Formats: sequence, C-alpha cells, structure tokens
Amino acid sequence: MAIVLKAEGLRYSYVPGQVVLDDVSLAVPAHTVLYLLGHNGCGKTTLLEILSGVRTPQAGEVWLNGERLRNIPAHRRARRVGLVPQVHTPVFAYTVREVVMMGRTPHLPLLGTPGRHDREIVEQAIEQVGLSALIDRPYTELSGGERQLTLIARGLAQQTDVLLLDEPTAHLDPRNQQVVLETVAALAQERVAFVISSHNPNSALLYAHQVVVMKEGRVIAGGKPLEVLTEETLSHSYGMTMDVVVDGARGIRAVMPRRNGIFWR
Amino acid sequence: MQVMQRILTIRWVPVLRQRESRQRLFYWLLLALPLPLAIYAIGIGRYEIPPDQVVQALSDYALHSRQADFAPTVEYNLVTRIRLPRIAAALLVGASLGVTGAAFQGIFRNPLVDTNILGVTSGAGFGAALMLLINADPFVVRVSAFAFGLVAVLAAFFVSRLYYSAPLIVLALVGILIGSFFNSLTSLLKYVADPLDSLPAITYWLLGSLAAVTRRDIPALALVTLAGLLFMIGVRWRLNVLSLGDAEARTLGLNPARLKLMIIVVSTVMTAMAVSVSGVIGWVGLVIPHAARTLVGPDHRRLIPATIALGAVFLLLIDTMARTLWAGEVPLGVFTGIVGVPLLLVILRVNKTGWQ
Repeated sequence: MAIVLKAEGLRYSYVPGQVVLDDVSLAVPAHTVLYLLGHNGCGKTTLLEILSGVRTPQAGEVWLNGERLRNIPAHRRARRVGLVPQVHTPVFAYTVREVVMMGRTPHLPLLGTPGRHDREIVEQAIEQVGLSALIDRPYTELSGGERQLTLIARGLAQQTDVLLLDEPTAHLDPRNQQVVLETVAALAQERVAFVISSHNPNSALLYAHQVVVMKEGRVIAGGKPLEVLTEETLSHSYGMTMDVVVDGARGIRAVMPRRNGIFWR
Repeated sequence: MQVMQRILTIRWVPVLRQRESRQRLFYWLLLALPLPLAIYAIGIGRYEIPPDQVVQALSDYALHSRQADFAPTVEYNLVTRIRLPRIAAALLVGASLGVTGAAFQGIFRNPLVDTNILGVTSGAGFGAALMLLINADPFVVRVSAFAFGLVAVLAAFFVSRLYYSAPLIVLALVGILIGSFFNSLTSLLKYVADPLDSLPAITYWLLGSLAAVTRRDIPALALVTLAGLLFMIGVRWRLNVLSLGDAEARTLGLNPARLKLMIIVVSTVMTAMAVSVSGVIGWVGLVIPHAARTLVGPDHRRLIPATIALGAVFLLLIDTMARTLWAGEVPLGVFTGIVGVPLLLVILRVNKTGWQ
C-alpha cells in the first residue's frame, strides 16, 4: 500500500540537552488508522505537531506523498494534513458552525470568506460526528465531549489526506468514543489516513491497523496491533504491569492494568 | 429601480418570522445606520437645518459646486464648510477606533484590550503636548502626535524583542510600560507648561475634541482610515482563525506571526492618525467591540463591519452631544467615559457577551 506520511530519524528538543524525540521513524500507509501509544510526556503531541508541519524537527525529515513536508507552503500543506488539537476553551463564543467553518481556511483564496460550497461541506462534517442538533449553539456552552466532536468535525471539513488526532477520545464517554472512532474507521476506508495519539490500548485493539508504542521519546515497538500490544511491550512502555486478557470463545481481547501485587479480588 | 422592486415584492412577514433572516436584516440596518444619523447630525446645531436641506446641500456639493453659476446658500456653506468636516472626522475616527479595538481583542485573544495597549495613544499625547508647549501650528501638533504614536509602538516592539521568545503577552506588557513612560513624560511637560496658556491647551487636547477639525484635516484621515478599514474587512475571516491561538492558526495554514504583525502595523497607523486629529479619546476601542459582539456575535465576518458602523455611530453621537448640549464645547474624552462606562456595564449584564 502506498505510504502517505513517512517520518525518518526525527529528533526534537525544546530545551538544549533535554531530548523530547530521539530518532523517531514511522510510516503511515493510505487508508490506515495508526495509533500512537505511550506514557504522558513521551513526545506524542510533539510528534504530531512535527508530522503536521507546524513544528520543524531539528534532525530528520517528514515526507508527505513523497514530498518534503518542510518545502510545502503552509496553506497548501494545510489542505493535505490536518491536526485536531486537544480540547481547550476559546476566548470568544463561536458557534459550532463557525468553529467547524474555520477548517475551510486553507481552501479559501487570500482575503476570502467561506461560501455556499464551504457551508455544505461544514454541514456534512457536523452531521458525520452527529452534532447537527447543536450546529448554532455556542461552542463554549458544549460539554467536553461535544467540543471534541466539534474539533474533529473541523478536521473533517479541512478535507486533508492525513488527519492527526491528539487524544481525540480523552473526554468522551464510551458511546461518543464509538461515534468518533467508527467515523474515523469509515473515513479511513474512504480516503483519509489517521494518526491518533491515545492512552487507551483497548481502542487501539479495536480500531488500529497499525500501532506505534513510544517510551521517553523513542519508538519501542511498531506494527500490527496483535503483534505490538503484548503484555511485555505495554508493561515496558508504561512502567507497570499490564495484562492482555483473551476470551477466545467470544473473540475478545482486552488490556488490563494490574494492581500492585493483586490480580483478582 | 430593480432593487427597489425586489424589496417591495418580498413578503416581509414570513421573512421576518425566520430568526436568521431577522438577524440578517438587523445586521444590514446596523451597517446602514451611520448614513441617516450623519445627515441628521449635520442638521443639528445652533443653526438648525432640516434633513432635506442637508441632503440638498450635500448633493449640490457633490454635483453642482464647480458650475460657474452656482450660488451657495447659508445652509450650503454651513453644511459643507463647518459641519461636514467635523461629522466626517467623527465617523472616521469612531470607525477607526472601534475596528482596531476589535482586531486587537481578536489577535490578543483578550476582550480587555484595545490599541492603547501598545502605547500608541500615550505616545501621541506626548507628541502633541510637546508641540503645544512651544505653541506650534495645529498642523505641526498633529504631525508630531502621529509620529510619536508610531514611535511609542515601535519602541514597545523593539524592546519586547530584547526578551527571547517574545510572545504577544510580552509585547502587551512592554506596551503598557512604554505607555506609562510616555504618560509620565507628558505629565512632566504639563508640569513645566505655562499654566495660563499651554497647560490648558495640553489638557484640552488630552481630553479629545473634534472642534478644531477643518476641511484640511480630512483627506489624510480619510485616506488612511478607509485603506485601513478595507484591510480589516479583508482579513476578517483570518481574525477568527487567529483568535484560536497560534498553534491552531498554523495547522490551518496561516502564518500567525506575520499576519498579526501586519494587523498591529495597520491598527497602529490608523489609531495614530485618528488620535492625531481628535486628541485622546478613550473607551471607544474597548466598548464598541463588546457592544457589537452582543448584537451580531463573535464571528469577525460580521463583527468587523459591525464595529466599523457602531464605532462611527457612537462617536457621532458623543460628538453631537459634545457640541450641542452646552453652550461651550465639552471634551469628547469626558463623554466617552460617562456614556461608555454605563453602556459597557449594561452590555456585561446582558448574557450574550460573545466571550468567556
């Protein structure tokens, strides 16, 4: 399968001497959902920012469809790779429609404003995440989950080849997680490749085609979920004991953290 | 004619039942508001002129004034020579201060700032005071105010560069400091000024007034302001994206640093030009964006045009009060506070503030 996004030997540090990313390489094939797992502060968000072109690595290179990412002008880059940030509170009370409409920015001409075509795309994106009922509500009045869905809709409205999601399900209940991730899975089949950073190995088991596990700024494992998400790798990455529970009869596989010294009560 | 026909054939009642159409109609009425109010305001004064004669005088001014047999009436002279320049200045200065306030609140992502935050008004005040101290020609006072307004912002900009990784908040902080510095210099000038002659002139200038505006002042003010307004209308969508923060603006393909710098430069030149004509007028840049947000919402696509119209209307109202309420002129800075503060309090009481 064609590789859409490829990173080779990425290195980054915010402060000299404190390396956040060290020799990170990965490849995202087309029609793929790639999960990025790892402990807090292992460099997932920084990696996503570099993959989106917002941050330039100090060493290494990112390739988007065989083109050097750093050579692509910003507005053209933003039509091909998008980054959905973690949920935050904006200063001004834009409506859901207005927030999602901002995803159309890279497609607008200089000094232009969105038109009818953009409105249709935005309404479709909002429908895809199931927020049509809230389309004219202020974003600031939404719950955390609804805000996350709004930001994902904005990413969809951006109509990129690759969409990078930074912990998209962190604030969502299981039902909304399913809404988001099923949408992701369907879109991946259609046209977009996804890179998702997450703290939930179980949703990686359910939805990922590829998994990359990081620890302290390095990639410690990468490949198919069943090969990568083993007790050994996960325990090593998070620095704690993790069990992988398999119910062969029902075809269920789950990752369980283990309490210190106690397995079952 | 066709437009009129279309307007007349719309069935208004069902249209007005739709919330969106009602909002749109209200928005366009708001944008059109400065024109009738300006015509009405031109008529008000010690010599009252009915609106139809104002319109007559204005159309004569535009169409017939160059014809050889044109005989100006008293009304014509009063309208075009005395009142029009002042009303035009009020509209332009108000629009300028209102829209730059909205742009600054957008890029600083803070509903508590206006262009003053970078010290432009304080610098202009010092520049004017310096020239008033030596009894310079009014035109020189204006040029000096304009120049020192720019100097203050440039100083804030370059001083903030001394601190590594200078984000916008450092620029704002340094701007406040530079502003205070220039305010202190102005106080020093007032301290040494002649209490019978230059001190009242300086004090009066620092309170703001359009009483001294003449036809000579309008071309430069109009040129700079209209160009600035066009720029702001051009970047109004981008202001939305900038207000999300730099990181998101970059992922959406903008260059936030460059765009913000352009907006700061344009806003500063606009404000310096406005203040050099009107003197120091507070509150407009702060109150108007808030008022506009409660009326049309936070989306800069509508907010920017709305602040232009509302700023123009607000200063027109204030200036008309200032020249008609009492026999003598009342400084504008007095009224903008007296009217602006209660207005802002009412706005903050209304739920739909448009910000968090």
